Amino acid sequence: MNTKFDLVIVGVGGQGTLLASKILGRLALNAGLGVKVSEVHGMSQRGGSVITHVRVGQEVFAPMVPLGQADYLLSFELLEAARAAAYLKQDGVAIVNTQRISPMPVVTGAMAYPETPEALLDGHRFEATDALRMAIQAGNQKALNLVLLGMLARHLDFSNEAWYEAIGACVPRKTLDVNIKAFDMGRMVVDQ
Amino acid sequence: MIGDKITAAAFGIKPEKEKRLMLGNEAVAFGAWEAGVKVVASYPGTPSTEITEVISKLPDVNVQWAPNEKVATEVAFGAAMAGARSLTCMKHVGVNVAADPIFTAAYTGVSGGMVIAVADDPAMHSSQNEQDSRYYARAAHIPMLEPADSQECADFVKLAYGLSEQLDTPVFLRLTTRIAHARSQVEMNERADVPVKPYQKDVMKNVMMPGMARKRHLHVEKREKFLEEAANMMPINRVEIRDAKVGIVTSGACYQYVREALPEASTLKLGMVYPLPMTLIRDFASKVEKLIVIEELEGLIEKDIAAAGIAVEGKSLTGIQGELSVEKLRSIFKGEPAPQVEGVEDLPARPPVLCPGCPHRGVFFVLNRLGLRVMGDIGCYTLAALPPLNAIDACLCMGASIGMASGAERAHGKEFSKKTVAVLGDSTFIHSGITGLVDAVYNQESITVLILDNRITGMTGHQQNPATGLDIHGQPAPQLNLEKMVEACGVKDIQVVDPFDLAAMHQAVSGAVSRDEVSVIIARRPCALLSKQPIFALHIDGCKNCGACMKLSCPAIERGANGVSINPALCVGCGMCVQVCPFKAIKSGEEA
Repeated sequence: MNTKFDLVIVGVGGQGTLLASKILGRLALNAGLGVKVSEVHGMSQRGGSVITHVRVGQEVFAPMVPLGQADYLLSFELLEAARAAAYLKQDGVAIVNTQRISPMPVVTGAMAYPETPEALLDGHRFEATDALRMAIQAGNQKALNLVLLGMLARHLDFSNEAWYEAIGACVPRKTLDVNIKAFDMGRMVVDQ
Repeated sequence: MIGDKITAAAFGIKPEKEKRLMLGNEAVAFGAWEAGVKVVASYPGTPSTEITEVISKLPDVNVQWAPNEKVATEVAFGAAMAGARSLTCMKHVGVNVAADPIFTAAYTGVSGGMVIAVADDPAMHSSQNEQDSRYYARAAHIPMLEPADSQECADFVKLAYGLSEQLDTPVFLRLTTRIAHARSQVEMNERADVPVKPYQKDVMKNVMMPGMARKRHLHVEKREKFLEEAANMMPINRVEIRDAKVGIVTSGACYQYVREALPEASTLKLGMVYPLPMTLIRDFASKVEKLIVIEELEGLIEKDIAAAGIAVEGKSLTGIQGELSVEKLRSIFKGEPAPQVEGVEDLPARPPVLCPGCPHRGVFFVLNRLGLRVMGDIGCYTLAALPPLNAIDACLCMGASIGMASGAERAHGKEFSKKTVAVLGDSTFIHSGITGLVDAVYNQESITVLILDNRITGMTGHQQNPATGLDIHGQPAPQLNLEKMVEACGVKDIQVVDPFDLAAMHQAVSGAVSRDEVSVIIARRPCALLSKQPIFALHIDGCKNCGACMKLSCPAIERGANGVSINPALCVGCGMCVQVCPFKAIKSGEEA
């Protein structure tokens, strides 16, 4: 069982990245593991880059994952994955939603959205999928969180039941079915 | 002694089994609630806001948003003086506003315990400066505790109430962003039954005229000397001897960084950062070859230790800028620099932006068009300083926009105000803009003030304020009428304009700046994240790619080689771009 791992979640303010860290925190807590989660508040509704750190282990000190030490990078957006590349350790895994959201310098035409931002993650194991499309298929674009968590779940040793319990404790009851469906779809993603 | 006596158990709190993952701020709220707090008054400020929000959802406690930190502190003080345990929470710069009551409350002391929770923001994630609130503890002679994780947040706030009542003083609880906004496990306990003490009139203690204050000042000095001694025995000031080569004195988040980056080092973890346990520090220093203080922001602990004649290092190694981290300490002490990825610096930045449909956008678009100088203020709208709006010249502190505009007029004469405006939000105006407006009228300036009334306190995450007509629980409350307030300040030229109507806004501002009197424009429309405005499908037909709409800085409008497109997932149909397009190429469709 991976009783110790460091994970960084990145995305764009408004994408709902905080739900993913909440579920992971619950999962670790239910398993009796130590956990710390560091969040960004204030700017999160304003469309800026956001980052959340999740650290799981017997004894966790700092609430932020040091650069070069993340086992996993969960990215809700392609450019943000590239921006967070330095967090991954050598054999770390990037799990990325391929959605592209233009930041203001691109919107105004001052800069171009990089053609292959994922190139900055060269040398790391890289799992990318159109998780937004899958979430919409599952029934709600907000379930994007759960698709990415499903992809992450394949790397961790928590049982399906443990995941379902953590998800159930963190999402509203009426969205549970859609979220579980999205999670299961994420688990089934085939490496590209 | 004090430290031995005052533990959570002393309050008769028996632990339950449940553990929850909580933000430091949530843990402060639950800890205060478990300690029997009865009255909470705060003004929102990142990273402190959630403490008050969380406690407002718990039973048997009076919780309120106050118009500013000074009033909040006075309410909390009044409750404590009258016998109840009270709490006020603020960000570091909020202490500047609240400093007046705080300094004298240190003299009067309390009856019920009073805790002032202050959240510093090293690295300025959401602030205008990096001031270190520990200096306030020293300047006001008020004890200050600093937790290092969420469990300590809950434990220390209970300890703080015990100290407050035993020593007859308010007590600071200091957080930083990485403690306030990090989640870790907290054990839930039952609420202690702490009855409100009967009110007692005590003129010598509570009326701070010079004769009484001189006597109370002696009490302050005596109390502090007592606490300096007691601090050496408090379990929250903890020595952990490991390798004797290096001993590190640290507290709060820095303790966690030290334990991870330098696991072999001996540590003295300070739970109380003012006053310092100097005997304990001297003893710790004698057990290690080299003494180092690792603290964020100012070198306050280091200077005190050096002043006590103990050899010590600190800021020459870590600096005073920004946050510390595990990787920074590894780099400084072990010569292991953090890994970098080439090319990341060249990626397009993603700064926060005004939301699609934000009513502030219309105001700043017009101010930019008119080429006005803009004295700005604290709120979401400060983002209008960035390109392409470029419509803020200055931003200092809450409510300063009005005073700055008056001062600039005094410097350059009345003509200057024909090309200058002051801009601030509804909550910021109530917080500390009203007195600036009174001053401008009284001193016969000709400034123009725009109050951006979006019916909420926005940037901190949507808190109610006196102008919204709702209290902290969302229940109806008497609503401050901004027009009448402005009129009562003596302003005669008052206009209320919808900021989505760019032509009306243009006309209102050009008229107001031209007049030789104080003018106020209330730009009124609810925050885009709150309003349920109808969604119109916008479509584009015949775009000449002139770029006029790009000056709106709207995230929903994207420019390509063949013209602009509108992102339907982001567009809320505010229609400002329809008004701006010189070729009428953006068309408003049917209501969706």
